[in-house]
Amino acid sequence: MNHQVLTTVLFLSVVALTVAITLRASRTTSGAADFYAGGRSFSGFQNGLAIGGDYMSAASFLGISGLIALYGYDGFLYSIGFLVAWLVALLLVAEMLRNSGRFTMADQLAYRMRQRPVRTAAATSTVVVSIFYLLAQMVGAGSLVALLLGVQSGAVKNLVILGVGLLMIFYVTVGGMKGTTWVQIVKAVLLMTGSALIVVLVLAKFHFNISDLLGQAATTSGKGPAFLEPGLKYGATTTSKLDFLSLGLALVLGTAGLPHILTRFYTVPTSRDARKSVLWAIGLIGVFYLFTLILGFGAAALLTGDQAAEVAKSKGNLASPLLAEAVGGGAGSTGGAVLLALISAVAFATILAVVAGLTLTSSTSVAHDLYDGVIKKGRATERETIRVTRVAAFGIGLVAIGLAIPAQKLNIAFLVALAFAVAASANLPSIVLNMFWRRFNTRGAVWSIYGGLISSIGLVVFSPVMSGKGVVNGVNQSLLPATIDISWFPLENPGLVSIPLAFVLGIVGSLLSREPAAEEAFTKLEVRALTGAGAEGAVAH
Amino acid sequence: MIAITHPEEDPVTPPPGSDAALAEPAASSSAPGSAAPDVYDRLAATPEFAELRHRYRSFVLPATVAFLGWYLLYVVLSNWAGGLMGTKVVGNVNVALVFGLLQFVTTFAIAYVYSRYSTARLDPLARELDERYAAATARTTDRTTEDGGAPR
Repeated sequence: MNHQVLTTVLFLSVVALTVAITLRASRTTSGAADFYAGGRSFSGFQNGLAIGGDYMSAASFLGISGLIALYGYDGFLYSIGFLVAWLVALLLVAEMLRNSGRFTMADQLAYRMRQRPVRTAAATSTVVVSIFYLLAQMVGAGSLVALLLGVQSGAVKNLVILGVGLLMIFYVTVGGMKGTTWVQIVKAVLLMTGSALIVVLVLAKFHFNISDLLGQAATTSGKGPAFLEPGLKYGATTTSKLDFLSLGLALVLGTAGLPHILTRFYTVPTSRDARKSVLWAIGLIGVFYLFTLILGFGAAALLTGDQAAEVAKSKGNLASPLLAEAVGGGAGSTGGAVLLALISAVAFATILAVVAGLTLTSSTSVAHDLYDGVIKKGRATERETIRVTRVAAFGIGLVAIGLAIPAQKLNIAFLVALAFAVAASANLPSIVLNMFWRRFNTRGAVWSIYGGLISSIGLVVFSPVMSGKGVVNGVNQSLLPATIDISWFPLENPGLVSIPLAFVLGIVGSLLSREPAAEEAFTKLEVRALTGAGAEGAVAH
Repeated sequence: MIAITHPEEDPVTPPPGSDAALAEPAASSSAPGSAAPDVYDRLAATPEFAELRHRYRSFVLPATVAFLGWYLLYVVLSNWAGGLMGTKVVGNVNVALVFGLLQFVTTFAIAYVYSRYSTARLDPLARELDERYAAATARTTDRTTEDGGAPR
């Protein structure tokens, strides 16, 4: 069979499956707890799978394996940071958030602070982080489909981005959290199965001898043993080493500040189930990142010539699908076509599941925090709030589509790392300070959130990512035209500066104002967070 | 799907799909003056809560310092100890790879130990306090404000 026909059929099957799931979920959704939190009735294991489905994004599957394929060992840092980060979520955030909030990240701040300023700030950073993350996924979708259909035309990529955007709006407006969760569960199973298959095929080529795989990757890459050591991407200068440190910090502190991950903790009945779901997620995600290590080195070892050039041109994003084709029998073979189509469909499912989670979380925050909390002062009806959520999903979807189109020249993992840096700067400091420091108050929270948000994004604007890298081999290395240079911040990753800054702002802002009510409510928050007394329960159906 | 009813759940939840299910719940998260916050204050003063808080913090704070330190050590060594990291251990497997994989091992281990610790040492206390809260709020307040939400 023509592989483009096969690919198209598989892609459409993925779309049909997710649409069916969404429609089915919409029938059992009634009321806010269902729409925003899946009725809080998923089991720890189900939610663990869904967290995996929400977290193992195109950035991991396509981006990390691509970075390893191009830069060897340095790509592995992403996996490690992304995994270790789950301990922050497990130990400091998941259970306490589940006990103290209802639908959004802002809930646990608003519990003891002035509603309107903290909800506005938290909703703003939720939307910004989610949009950054959305861009990465949509860029991945565009380049994936262009590869499969063998078209390089920008119009086709843009059309794919538009299609993904419309689908995610559909999932969210129709299926709510139940639909989104089931899409993520199905995707997690597909992704784990699909990547396990390729991993086994890659390892089989080396008779399951990892050392041989590494040796050939080092040889084929043309870089020798250095390919297996840290430093190829980040080790050149002190600046790039600091960049690496900055990235590492953002990765490990970002996860527990990602709004679409935080809201997943609300979909289970109790904080103990939230803990269980994180434990499942850690197991699943850990195994998956071991897979990406094999996929990345496998791509470096097995892809040569035109395919290697294709990987480099896609900034690594296409390493996994091309590797699947190679281990299936190579370009032109039936096995190769089947595996390429299969893995691409899995990657596509991955993207759809993640964008659904992101859109739901950000539009929920707009409706619940901004519309109900700030504009209506908590007096909006559920029906109104859900309607606003649907409208917001449209708006956010359109913004993401509009921004994704010009962002297509960036590596997906890099875009996601930016989202992590913003999350680690804007969200994590206030979440942690709120739970552990009695003196923390509204001014501290607002300063920390806006300070983290503005500094992390601002530093990127004035970094080499945006301008000043110049033209190498005829290709402009920065986003802005090569004639414009506004860069003065030397690092591409802002976390090293913006994360400590946000903590300091949170502390200084709190110390410069007194808010006895917030301190008094800390006791109540702590009892509720640690014991689950009075926490929101599951919906009985 | 199996729905689990939390003991705190309002017993008169309307059937799904009815208009009442869409209406604003009486248990809003801002119920000033409800008796529930006082219950929180009373629970906070109990020795059981002090013990729970102590047990929780004395696990998670050192554990967080430990795993963050261990992770940052890895990042710093990757950056500034290239020679050490490049040393071959077995075949083409070098120290850097072993170090990276050890991060996986420690992450799994800390998650497992915390799971055991919290089940044995935290959950029983949390359950007991939760039950006391449920008993106290059922006695002193109307069910509609038992949410106990934000004090303002």
